[in-house]
Amino acid sequence: MAQKTVLHASHLAAGAKMVDFFGWEMPINYGSQIEEHHAVRRDAGMFDVSHMTIVDLTGAKTREFLRFLLANDVVKLNVAGKALYTGMLNEQGGVIDDLIVYFLQEDFFRLVVNSATREKDLAHIAAQAKAFDVTVTERPEFAMIAVQGPNAKAKVATLLTAEQNATIAGMKPFFGKQAGDLFIATTGYTGEDGYEIALPEQQAAAFWQKLLAAGVAPAGLGARDTLRLEAGLNLYGQDMDETVSPLAANMGWTIAWQPVERNFIGRKTLEQQKAAGTEQLVGLVMEQKGVLRHGQRVLVAGGEGVITSGTFSPTLGYSIAMARVPTNTGDTAEVDIRGKLISVKVVKPAFVRMGKKVI
Amino acid sequence: MSLIPTELKYASSHEWVRNDGDGVYTVGITEHAQELLGDMVFVELPEVGDTVTQGDDCAVAESVKAASDIYAPLSGEVVAINDALADAPEQVNASPYTDGWMFKIKVSDEAELATLLDAAGYKSSIDEA
Repeated sequence: MAQKTVLHASHLAAGAKMVDFFGWEMPINYGSQIEEHHAVRRDAGMFDVSHMTIVDLTGAKTREFLRFLLANDVVKLNVAGKALYTGMLNEQGGVIDDLIVYFLQEDFFRLVVNSATREKDLAHIAAQAKAFDVTVTERPEFAMIAVQGPNAKAKVATLLTAEQNATIAGMKPFFGKQAGDLFIATTGYTGEDGYEIALPEQQAAAFWQKLLAAGVAPAGLGARDTLRLEAGLNLYGQDMDETVSPLAANMGWTIAWQPVERNFIGRKTLEQQKAAGTEQLVGLVMEQKGVLRHGQRVLVAGGEGVITSGTFSPTLGYSIAMARVPTNTGDTAEVDIRGKLISVKVVKPAFVRMGKKVI
Repeated sequence: MSLIPTELKYASSHEWVRNDGDGVYTVGITEHAQELLGDMVFVELPEVGDTVTQGDDCAVAESVKAASDIYAPLSGEVVAINDALADAPEQVNASPYTDGWMFKIKVSDEAELATLLDAAGYKSSIDEA
């Protein structure tokens, strides 16, 4: 039996086509995935991300615990509300999950992890937390709505009280603050400005309705995928998983190597991988007709790789992809599309940010 | 519920066929098919003059979701293609039975028509699928 978020009825009312997403019945689109994509790039769109898992960590040694659990270093979180993107690795240097960690108080941090990995994440976190006497509490009573796009913040502001607006005024990217009943974070998965808002489940449908009335377009998982891919943001399970090093998934920047004396899970293996060299995640651009797709074979100067995520880019009007390939790539590659080898450009894996082409 | 016009014939692989007279038949994909595929981004059509055999893959519909082969519902010669789809593939989504048509075939064997489904037959084929 598929799980439903508290916004299920709101999706149906908005004409959503629902699909199974790792056990959750979620909207894939509300008519046109491409129009929803453009709404986010040009104005404001919203996604139900209530299926994502919020985990609160409490205890005096929470920071110490997270410095061991995560490859990025929460020592960087020195102001209340500051957030960090990081991988949670296994001893073999593979990625158990990617997540965002928020520093709320010295004895209180919040994680937002993927829904598809919920069970193994919770098991891993709980097992590792014991030694640090940290309490792990899942927060399923929260719904979560991501409001994204150049006009997203202004539209949300019209729905908040003066006090709430004052609380979040001037919040820099990657911050989260409790404003009344809403936990409002300047994070997202689209490459646009906006918020991810966690709120009590019983208020979610009314808030969604207010966002609709404020001119925020509902957007489904389809648009979410094309937006995140244009922005060069990884999708767990596709661009990396437990068998892939973060160094081979364009996540090298999330590994805090300094200070050298900090021990974190996976560090030893990562150091060996770094010394030996790994594959890398690159961006591919194909300006001719056709669409690059997950699983297609990629030939580069250094050998053979694979497309991890590929799509038609609605913003650019042609196809883009992320591919894991041997280090020696050169400026072009060939992709095996249904038996034909097609020449494509190799670029950094980020294509569109803040509505603008960045390749 | 998808629209299935009764004046058309259908292949179980989701193509429709319209009799234009003089042995010429227009081919497109059904509303049900475009719903399954989602927003169309490219349509690769055969060339005018190509000879096709019933059941051959002769076009490709690329949507945001997948690349799907389009099969020739009848044998014959391609006598026209819908060039407008090059710039406006979304017509396949918006008007699958009219502006979203794909190509026209001058058929070589009208007896093949008997192998196609009528609207009721196609409807029951997608209800079972």
